[in-house]
Amino acid sequence: MSDNVIEATGLTKRYGKTTVVDHISFTVGSGEIFGVLGPNGAGKTTTILMMLGLSDISDGKVRVLGHDPAREPLAVKRRVGYLPDAVGFYDHLSAAENLHYTARLIGLPLAERDQRIAAALARVGLDDVGRKRVAAFSRGMRQRLGLAEIIMKDVQVAILDEPTNGLDPQASVEFLELIRSLKAAGVTVLLSSHLLDRVQDVCDRVALFSAGKIALLGTVAELGSQVLGGGFAVQVEAEQGPHLALRLGAIPGVRGVEEPSEGHFRLLCDRDVRPEAAAEVVAAGARLKRLAFDQPSLETIYTRYFQSVKPVEPRHAA
Amino acid sequence: MQRENTRREGSPWRGLGVVVLKELSDHLTSARMRVLEWLVVLTALAAVYAAIQQVRNVTAEDPFLFLRLFTTARAPLPSFVAFLGFLVPLMAIGLGFDAINGEHNNRTLSRILSQPIYRDALLFGKFIAGLATLSISLIALWLLVIGLGLIMLGVPPGGEEMGRALVFLLVTIAYAGVWLALAMLFSVVFRSPATAALVTLGLWLFLTVIWPALAPGVAEAILPTDNEALLVTGAQMLARLSPSTLFGETVLALLDPTTRTLGPVYISQLQGAVMGAPLPLGESVLIAWPQIVGLVAATILLFVASYVTFQRQEVRA
Repeated sequence: MSDNVIEATGLTKRYGKTTVVDHISFTVGSGEIFGVLGPNGAGKTTTILMMLGLSDISDGKVRVLGHDPAREPLAVKRRVGYLPDAVGFYDHLSAAENLHYTARLIGLPLAERDQRIAAALARVGLDDVGRKRVAAFSRGMRQRLGLAEIIMKDVQVAILDEPTNGLDPQASVEFLELIRSLKAAGVTVLLSSHLLDRVQDVCDRVALFSAGKIALLGTVAELGSQVLGGGFAVQVEAEQGPHLALRLGAIPGVRGVEEPSEGHFRLLCDRDVRPEAAAEVVAAGARLKRLAFDQPSLETIYTRYFQSVKPVEPRHAA
Repeated sequence: MQRENTRREGSPWRGLGVVVLKELSDHLTSARMRVLEWLVVLTALAAVYAAIQQVRNVTAEDPFLFLRLFTTARAPLPSFVAFLGFLVPLMAIGLGFDAINGEHNNRTLSRILSQPIYRDALLFGKFIAGLATLSISLIALWLLVIGLGLIMLGVPPGGEEMGRALVFLLVTIAYAGVWLALAMLFSVVFRSPATAALVTLGLWLFLTVIWPALAPGVAEAILPTDNEALLVTGAQMLARLSPSTLFGETVLALLDPTTRTLGPVYISQLQGAVMGAPLPLGESVLIAWPQIVGLVAATILLFVASYVTFQRQEVRA
């Protein structure tokens, strides 16, 4: 098996004559956080459901950890954790009881259950409310409980569908930190969201969906470079030195230099060139006042991309 | 679709026991079930108590005294059997109308089905748990009736009576199974539990109250004959499309040992018969066998319809 944990080739989903997912191909490498991003109705959730064997595949194929979800759904579901959009739990049961039910469905040995459930609840910060009924939980707490379920399951791949949807900014930040901790623990994460800018920092690579197709695929820097002409922007403010604009423009990886005002330079580049820029300012005998790094916004990339291509027709299902 | 081999891996029943235990626990502790149980127990016991008052005067004369507990009515209360015929469907519908759409609405369905189990286990587990809950309630009620009869009549039931009462209990469970399967079918078909409950209750009322009254008229309309016997038979066949009719006829054959036929009585059937003589249990079961099979078959058919519908559904919540 290759290093790819998810491989989709020509994956297609049709409902009657409507094509909801249209021949998409992508791979997700082991240990990476892969963002499946795009507006509502772009085909993200349908793609996820096909990967879990919860929706029939009309055409193409997908392999998750080398298994075909259509024929080996149990093998896939044993190793994959899924957090649906607005996850639901049994309100009349406590958080721990909900996890106990899942643990029994998974077939977790009795001796391990209590310890793994307690550890998972502690990891997501719900250990003090583990015995409380889920009915009293906020949306953020439910989302964290969903993540606790994935942690308890000890999966290789976590598929999170719109996990930050409906969360306040602070809860979103905390949740994204938890997702980073999953990656640190060696879990491959596939993260779906329509809130592009909110999740872009956490994703290693992204696939931007539009009307059932993958419009753009790569790292944020690659997409920025591809669409905006420069993946990153480095802001330099310095006292004017001799030929400073030329010196900055000669740094490898810099695609262009803008000078919006005197002593203020904006470098469009393929990578973070702050160390080289600082060195050039010093070498030119100028005094460095400010050095800032801007990552391109996925929102901007997405908008700019669709301004440059023919508009696509909206779909009726997600 | 490109599939070399469409056979799925693993057992479809993986996780079945877990689902059954969880659902059973939910049913037995739910407020809804407690209300239904108390409703059935109180009304049924009232009917039995009234029946005991009625039959205790003929204790020495009746060889099937215990069976009379089930069938004797004393105004204004109907018999225990009539109560069950009315309330058992209510209990079954109460347990099944939100079995699947409830999971949809709570947004738990996709989370549960993303665990290593098949839909088969979830649906069948819910059905078994519902039927087990109904069985537990009915067995408890049956034991209460027998116990009450023993205390108040002071006469132990005979072996034949116990056999008939036991078969009656099994048939009642099968009858509950039909309504449970119907309620579960609508819980799969309709996303709204309220719609599912209303449609199931509407169908129950139609099949129990309206259809038996309509059947003779429908038979007259569709059978081009003036033959009275044929019309009566046709009407009876049509009425038997209702599980309530099947249950009523089965109970009649089982709890009244003198019943010799469930259809029109022909002269040929009376030749050599000793009028009023009881039939053995085996003979009574044979008489009601088509009805019993009909109830079980209806349960299976409705469950299969739920199964097929559920397997084809998109899981998005």
